[in-house]
Amino acid sequence: MTIEVSTLSDTADLNLKARVDRSIYLSELLNLRSPTPLEWLNAVRDRATAIVQEQAIPTTRDEEWRFTNLSSLLQVSFQRAEAATIGYAEIQPFLLPETTNSRLVFVNGFYAADLSAVDDLPEGVLAGNLIGIAEFIPALADYLAMQPGAEEVFTALNTASLTDAAIVHIPKNQIVEAPIQILYVTIASETPKLNQPRCLTISEVGSQVTLIEDHVTFGEGVYFTNPVTEIWVAENAGVRHTRVQRDSEMAFHIGKTAVSQARNSRYTCTAVSLGAEMSRHNLEIYQTGEQTETTLNGLTVLNHQQIGDTHSKIAFSKPHGKSNQVNKCIVSDRAHAIFNGKILVPKPAQLTDAAQLSRNLLLSAKARIDTKPQLEITADNVKCAHGATVSQLEDDEVFYLQSRGLKQSEAQKLLTYAFAIDIINQIPISSLCTILANLIRTQSL
Amino acid sequence: MISENSEVILSVRNLTANVEDTPILKGLNLEIKAGEIHAIMGPNGSGKSTFSKILAGHPAYEVTGGEVIFRGQNLLEMEPDDRAKSGVFLAFQYPLEIPGVSNVDFLRVSYNAKRKHNGLEELDAFDFDDLVQSKLELLKMDAAFLSRSVNEGFSGGEKKRNEILQMALLEPKLGILDEIDSGLDIDALKIVANGVNALKSSDNATLMITHYQRLLDYIIPDFVHVMEGGRILTTGGKELALELEARGYDWVREEEVAAR
Repeated sequence: MTIEVSTLSDTADLNLKARVDRSIYLSELLNLRSPTPLEWLNAVRDRATAIVQEQAIPTTRDEEWRFTNLSSLLQVSFQRAEAATIGYAEIQPFLLPETTNSRLVFVNGFYAADLSAVDDLPEGVLAGNLIGIAEFIPALADYLAMQPGAEEVFTALNTASLTDAAIVHIPKNQIVEAPIQILYVTIASETPKLNQPRCLTISEVGSQVTLIEDHVTFGEGVYFTNPVTEIWVAENAGVRHTRVQRDSEMAFHIGKTAVSQARNSRYTCTAVSLGAEMSRHNLEIYQTGEQTETTLNGLTVLNHQQIGDTHSKIAFSKPHGKSNQVNKCIVSDRAHAIFNGKILVPKPAQLTDAAQLSRNLLLSAKARIDTKPQLEITADNVKCAHGATVSQLEDDEVFYLQSRGLKQSEAQKLLTYAFAIDIINQIPISSLCTILANLIRTQSL
Repeated sequence: MISENSEVILSVRNLTANVEDTPILKGLNLEIKAGEIHAIMGPNGSGKSTFSKILAGHPAYEVTGGEVIFRGQNLLEMEPDDRAKSGVFLAFQYPLEIPGVSNVDFLRVSYNAKRKHNGLEELDAFDFDDLVQSKLELLKMDAAFLSRSVNEGFSGGEKKRNEILQMALLEPKLGILDEIDSGLDIDALKIVANGVNALKSSDNATLMITHYQRLLDYIIPDFVHVMEGGRILTTGGKELALELEARGYDWVREEEVAAR
């Protein structure tokens, strides 16, 4: 009995020590922030700072982080990312022909005006950086950092450190034909850097826009990127959002996408995660009105020792809401993919129609997949379907292709590509589809 | 078309093979020369389909003895893709569906793999398109087939026609047709048979595996082999198939026993 008590208290001590360490580490990250030139932004930052100061870096004992161990992050001491310049020629491979005159480029979190261009956007559409265009956005304070879930530790860290952001404002009934690309470039170097990009998109009543959020890397070195994207989809508006995470394999990427959808609105997210040593995407959709439609397509392709985690949440709140989610993971070597798909259907959200499918392909005996649907339904007249599959390539499929002259490795690659391609094909930008299809064809095995 | 001086395409001697430690082939002998059409008939479980898969190199089967020489090469030592590129083609009994890969891409990858193997330049999408259009007519296939995913949602007849389309492109030295007639109505069977007959020449050979004599009315064999228990019991001309159709397999077994 005595032994048990002492063991318990030892564990408690260790837990306490770990928590103290993790909260010190978090405050060190917070201390890397620089002051903001925007006086009014301090109130927003201060609110978030108070939240951060009460928290610590999560452990695997936190339910939300059960499968994703952040210990390796804690081994690294980060410095603030500094402004850096990069030439047009260097980023050119990441620029899409469809967005020649509709793109915002941020380098290490700093707006690169010389690399950005918004000439193709219709009059009235505002796209730029927070410091440059904040004064032109109506009711900005009602939107910035106002999404639910702002208290989540990494989201709050980003907000507390906020100095600049990508801002897109689409006025009422404006249909924007040109897709808008937001390119986040990180220049990695020997010194590990912390980089916290931010994006705020407001799509007003009846408007329509296509966004591409793309995370890319130059150079070699460890870095930690903690991006937050907030999207407000007003009544009857439509936003198509493509999120590509192709950070270098030395990166830590913990990203948040928070979306609020008013009645009759449509939001589609196609998220493709290929990079980072450890990545996490918290994708949270809040339906605030009736007859709102959400489509989520996800693809994660991992190899070596990569860890890739997608935690999604679709929170219904009103009748006739609809969601359709397909998440696919392809995992080889010793990589580890995690998918947790939460769907909340409270009592008022009658006649909700929600479908979720998690499909996973394991390409090696040491690869690992954790997939978990999490449906919390209290409404009694709803349609909620969910399914999860984990499979390997079938010997017969590989043999069929071999019998037509493909080498075993080519056959495996083609089948893996085939598994992934329907998610890629959901991206409404053909040049990006081609780029990603080629990446997957060459990198997946 | 039998000609004594033709090249030997396939020579199988005393072939034995297991699947999961169960012997399936128990000493199979067969020789096929260029220009010939052979048919193997036999009841379910006789080892016919196993034999065809072993020739193509399916990994589930373990060869325990004997040899298979394909045009002077030891076939059993070759990877399945090398067998294909060297001229062995298996038309599957159950062609697989590959969602996400368009039929035309699949056909081109396959065709170019063989061209590369033969030291030829790969065809680009445009040139390949011209080539494949000409083959489509042979099998009365609509061009819409090309843009669909490989075999996905194809009817039984469409899948079998797609197999023969692949064969038409790859121009094998040895075409092995595993129950190409099963599940086909007579119209589809005629189209498939016409395709196979059109591909026949004096320097290639065809091995058909079938349950039904009906197929042999449309693709006329030079030799019919009766297989049971993992061996070929008897061999004859096309009239043997008619006899099997009329009398069943029992009399072959009885004669075999009597001959021992």
